[in-house]
Amino acid sequence: MSEFAYGGSVRASPDPGSCTDAEWSDYVFNRAGSPGIKREWWCHIASGYWFIVERDTLRDVVLATFPADAARKGFIPPVPAP
Amino acid sequence: MPYRLLRFGLSRKHPEPPMFRRHAALRGSYDAVIIGAGGHGLASAYYLARDHGMRNVAVLEKGYIGGGNTGRNTTIIRSNYLTPEGVKFYDESVRLWQDLSEDFDLNLFYSTRGHFTLAHTDAAMRTMRWRAEVNKHFGVRSEAVDADFVKRMIPMIDITCAHHAPIVGALYHAPGAIARHDAVAWGYGRGADRRGVEIHQQTEVTGIRTQGGKVAGVETSRGFIATPKVLCAVAGYTPRILDMVGLRTPIYIHPLQAMVSEPVKPWLDPIIVSGSLHVYVSQTARGELVMGASLDPYELHQARSTLDFVEGLSAHMLDMFPFLGEVKINRQWAGLADMTPDFAPIMGVTPLEGFYLDAGWGTWGFKATPVCGKTMSHTVATGRNHPLIEGFTIDRFSRYMLTGEKGAASVGH
Repeated sequence: MSEFAYGGSVRASPDPGSCTDAEWSDYVFNRAGSPGIKREWWCHIASGYWFIVERDTLRDVVLATFPADAARKGFIPPVPAP
Repeated sequence: MPYRLLRFGLSRKHPEPPMFRRHAALRGSYDAVIIGAGGHGLASAYYLARDHGMRNVAVLEKGYIGGGNTGRNTTIIRSNYLTPEGVKFYDESVRLWQDLSEDFDLNLFYSTRGHFTLAHTDAAMRTMRWRAEVNKHFGVRSEAVDADFVKRMIPMIDITCAHHAPIVGALYHAPGAIARHDAVAWGYGRGADRRGVEIHQQTEVTGIRTQGGKVAGVETSRGFIATPKVLCAVAGYTPRILDMVGLRTPIYIHPLQAMVSEPVKPWLDPIIVSGSLHVYVSQTARGELVMGASLDPYELHQARSTLDFVEGLSAHMLDMFPFLGEVKINRQWAGLADMTPDFAPIMGVTPLEGFYLDAGWGTWGFKATPVCGKTMSHTVATGRNHPLIEGFTIDRFSRYMLTGEKGAASVGH
């Protein structure tokens, strides 16, 4: 039992109506797998609240958090240099 | 007392034959370079030298031999998979495992114990029957069994699992076995070393040079090596190496933890897996219970182990075996699992000529060590994928032709 659930990296989807099969499979399957500072979806299980976390996936340190609609509203601050 | 023994005892030096040669220098070029001296990398080197006459090979290891996932797994060997590609592949591995101790003249403590995948629901039993039928079709000994059979073979189990998740049956796989995990790396390593392969520890790959769309060489912490063939077999570090050649894959890295108890008297013959309880356990020749559970549910590139893992796994172990309450946990650790969306590996040639990949081994790599060595050495030597790995190509995702083995993975996800 965990208080928070991981929802994967924040990734921009290509337009499914106009992208190629290769672009779509790249979006569906491929990942940026190396360690680094990533923006991720996390959910607070008790309240069902989804939000974005900026986390160093090598050191497991949370650097910042944003509300879920930060992505939708286009407000994504640049990732700080490592 | 024999004279030689007396003389040995009185001499000032007691030389032991070393397992491997230590090479002072890295040569400027090799016919092939293998990145990663774990079980897979060393097995590939062994078969390259033994079966394909390629001895001018270097295996580069940034840490120590078998220090990665080869030294961190829970040592289960089985072939009771779900897809035809998977069953044929892992069955070949089990066959190879059985003769390895003799081939190596090294005791791998390979022990056939029988393997139970417990079903706690009717839906789970359906999957067990499916796996049993696919297995039988390819001559692999697996069968769906009922709860009575489970209770007879494992008398000490609480068949009700503390009334939380009663066992309704299981997939019983008689060839299931365990072995001493790092011994396979030592065995393959020594065999490769004796045939001329060079193993270089404390040697980190920092870059891969290409020219005209082909591999030209490898940059290391000890200098540049020219080579036309590179095999990447680094498990949890795969994305970092792939960044060096600009290759994208679905691989994502999560920690996988494990723990081991103090030694106790032998009471558990078979290997037990429960997908519902997220537990797998076996008892080693030394009496220790080696236990594992699900992947950590988030990406992390650190092999660290946590208290909540031990607490959660212990609770589920006690559901099945309540009498273990006083047994102490001696040690806990983790490895870095390179996961794929279909729970099948990524093996073979890549779009970069001369660059071969053996990755995406997630939580299912240890059992495949011998067949991986055999198929990857063939692939590297000939430049073409071995038939047994055709279901595991890197391009299957772009073709939407996944090899779906999630139903046969023993690790919770």
